[in-house]
Amino acid sequence: MTEEVKVSVKNLFKIFGPHPKKAMGLLEQGLDKDAIFEKTETTIGVQKASFEIFKGEIFVIMGLSGSGKSTMVRMLNRLIEPTSGQVFIDGEDIISMDNDQLVKMRRKKMSMVFQSFALMPHMTVLQNAAFGLEMDGFDKKTREERALQALEQVGLEAWAASMPDELSGGMQQRVGLARGLAVDPDILLMDEAFSALDPLIRTEMQDELLKLQAKAKRTIVFISHDLDEAMRIGDRIAIMEGGSVIQVGTPDEILQNPADDYVRAFFRGVDPTNILTAGDISVDTQVTIVITDGKNSRAALQRLIKNDRNFGYVVDTTRKFQGVVSTDSLREIIDHPDQPQLIANAYLDGIVPAHVNDSMQDILPEVASHPWPLPILNDADEYIGAVSKNLFLRTLQRNEPEESEEPEEMTT
Amino acid sequence: MRIFNFDEQLIPLDEWVQTAVDWLVVNYREFFQVLKIPVEISLEGLEWLFGVLPPFVVILLFAIAAWRYAGKRVTVFTVLSFLLVGYLGLWEDTMTTLAMVICSVVFCAVVGIPLGIMAGRSDRFEMFLRPFLDAMQTTPAFVYLIPVVMLFSIGTVSGILATIVFALPPIIRLTNLGLRQVHPELVEAAVAFGATPWQVLRKVQFPLAMPSVMAGLNQTIMMALSMVVIAALIGAGGLGNPVVQGLNTLEIGLATIGGLSIVLLAMVLDRITQGIAQK
Repeated sequence: MTEEVKVSVKNLFKIFGPHPKKAMGLLEQGLDKDAIFEKTETTIGVQKASFEIFKGEIFVIMGLSGSGKSTMVRMLNRLIEPTSGQVFIDGEDIISMDNDQLVKMRRKKMSMVFQSFALMPHMTVLQNAAFGLEMDGFDKKTREERALQALEQVGLEAWAASMPDELSGGMQQRVGLARGLAVDPDILLMDEAFSALDPLIRTEMQDELLKLQAKAKRTIVFISHDLDEAMRIGDRIAIMEGGSVIQVGTPDEILQNPADDYVRAFFRGVDPTNILTAGDISVDTQVTIVITDGKNSRAALQRLIKNDRNFGYVVDTTRKFQGVVSTDSLREIIDHPDQPQLIANAYLDGIVPAHVNDSMQDILPEVASHPWPLPILNDADEYIGAVSKNLFLRTLQRNEPEESEEPEEMTT
Repeated sequence: MRIFNFDEQLIPLDEWVQTAVDWLVVNYREFFQVLKIPVEISLEGLEWLFGVLPPFVVILLFAIAAWRYAGKRVTVFTVLSFLLVGYLGLWEDTMTTLAMVICSVVFCAVVGIPLGIMAGRSDRFEMFLRPFLDAMQTTPAFVYLIPVVMLFSIGTVSGILATIVFALPPIIRLTNLGLRQVHPELVEAAVAFGATPWQVLRKVQFPLAMPSVMAGLNQTIMMALSMVVIAALIGAGGLGNPVVQGLNTLEIGLATIGGLSIVLLAMVLDRITQGIAQK
């Protein structure tokens, strides 16, 4: 399935300071940001950024302060003029737009939510929410109606007549969000929108955003320096360092294959159990026993002993999961030849297979409480692999700094 | 050394200025007389207004303004001040001064606020303007009184023109400052929502700069009042007259009641305009 591209950024550069041309030349020679600043007192804001944002996704641009992420988002609506490069929105190059077209594009296509809220202190909550519509020339009645609807979406309709400074930080940012939603934009730019809020409120706002996103799919460009936030809400993440975009991908892709040490360093603080799923970490190295006529318990035991495994995973010919046997349970039925020698009789009790999409967090109790590696199934109940305690722990360890040199260990 | 020989005047700037002003007077006096007309019309209108209004109506209007914007105490103070000025026998002079002050402040606002806005939006324009504002505020009034009289002849209108020169800088400076104090992220937010530069000014920058603009207006009023005596030197009427007359004839009592009335009027106008600024 190919996704529809909403925003496309091509070879975008932003250079601040007195000698942008000179700095571009030095960049081409391969000098880095600091060296160029020393030589020319010119700062590289963003260099050679290229990526695409799909329609209806939450695209998180993540990086530490000074990585150029705020500059990046401001070039998407040209609050900051790029030094060179192109930005296409719905295929239109916004860099070549004149002032009138630009104003029109900002009014019709996109809105923005700011870290500092940036509410107008001399306007009521309702007037603030209606701000974009007012700029666009809607009459008072229409814009107040639509602003009130937007306030309802964020649960603040009762505060419409208040002034912004009467509200708490979290509520102020809801007003900021309502102001962004009131104009019904295709694209919502959120510049560290939740960073100024305390952690509890931040999580609440993230949930709120995801809820709104589930109702009406917008294209959201979300700037963040907080990896947990990025992982939580991002469909895809772009990681920026020193003005460059160094990796773009889904949270899993980035977590599993960090492009370089910088990205890896980012992830050291992250709890992978929230992001990785059972399917991500399971491996198909356990012994599988294909059940045919059901009378091959001796052969099954032989295979387990030969592979030095205690447990075998029984599947049918279409790989549908049937049960788990152990060397002990197999011996038990072989030692009683008077009973039917069906493998089915040797199935262990208490096997609760996990689904590929369960998070590591979800499967942890099952993995921890039984001696056998937990079988993982897909939607069709087919056996995909298993997760042992060892495997689980090693996945956790991979994120520890001293273990980060050998991330391949897991898949061998 | 020749360079440090200061015994003789090397640069006859005084003669150059003399020549320039003389030349202006000879060739362009009519043009300057035309410039007077808008000020003249406004002043005559205001003087007529304060002349025909019975004193109690004037006092009532000021009392209402004080009540609305500055509270009970200022209202009482306003009424008492006007009554005292009246009982001192200076009501007519006070009304003339009031008309002069209002007239010069209106012209200062009309010229000063747009200049302040331009300065607030352009660093270059602010840099250009600054030395002129410094000169206007620090040049002793007596220096420019002479060319003003030569070009505009003596009278109340010339007094107002001199007053405008002196009272204009604060409103420009404080409008500029007010605009610059608006948080840049608010301007950025407005632009992000598709505001044109004019909308940014009208909906965001100017409303938020309003307290500062009002403070500038208040300062302009105060400075206009402080020019009343100097304006009287070139024939302007009003409360400056008893002061100048008292100085000339050593009638210390006359000078005192003139001065007292100026102070009272200044305090009334200051409290009321400050009250408006804080609303």
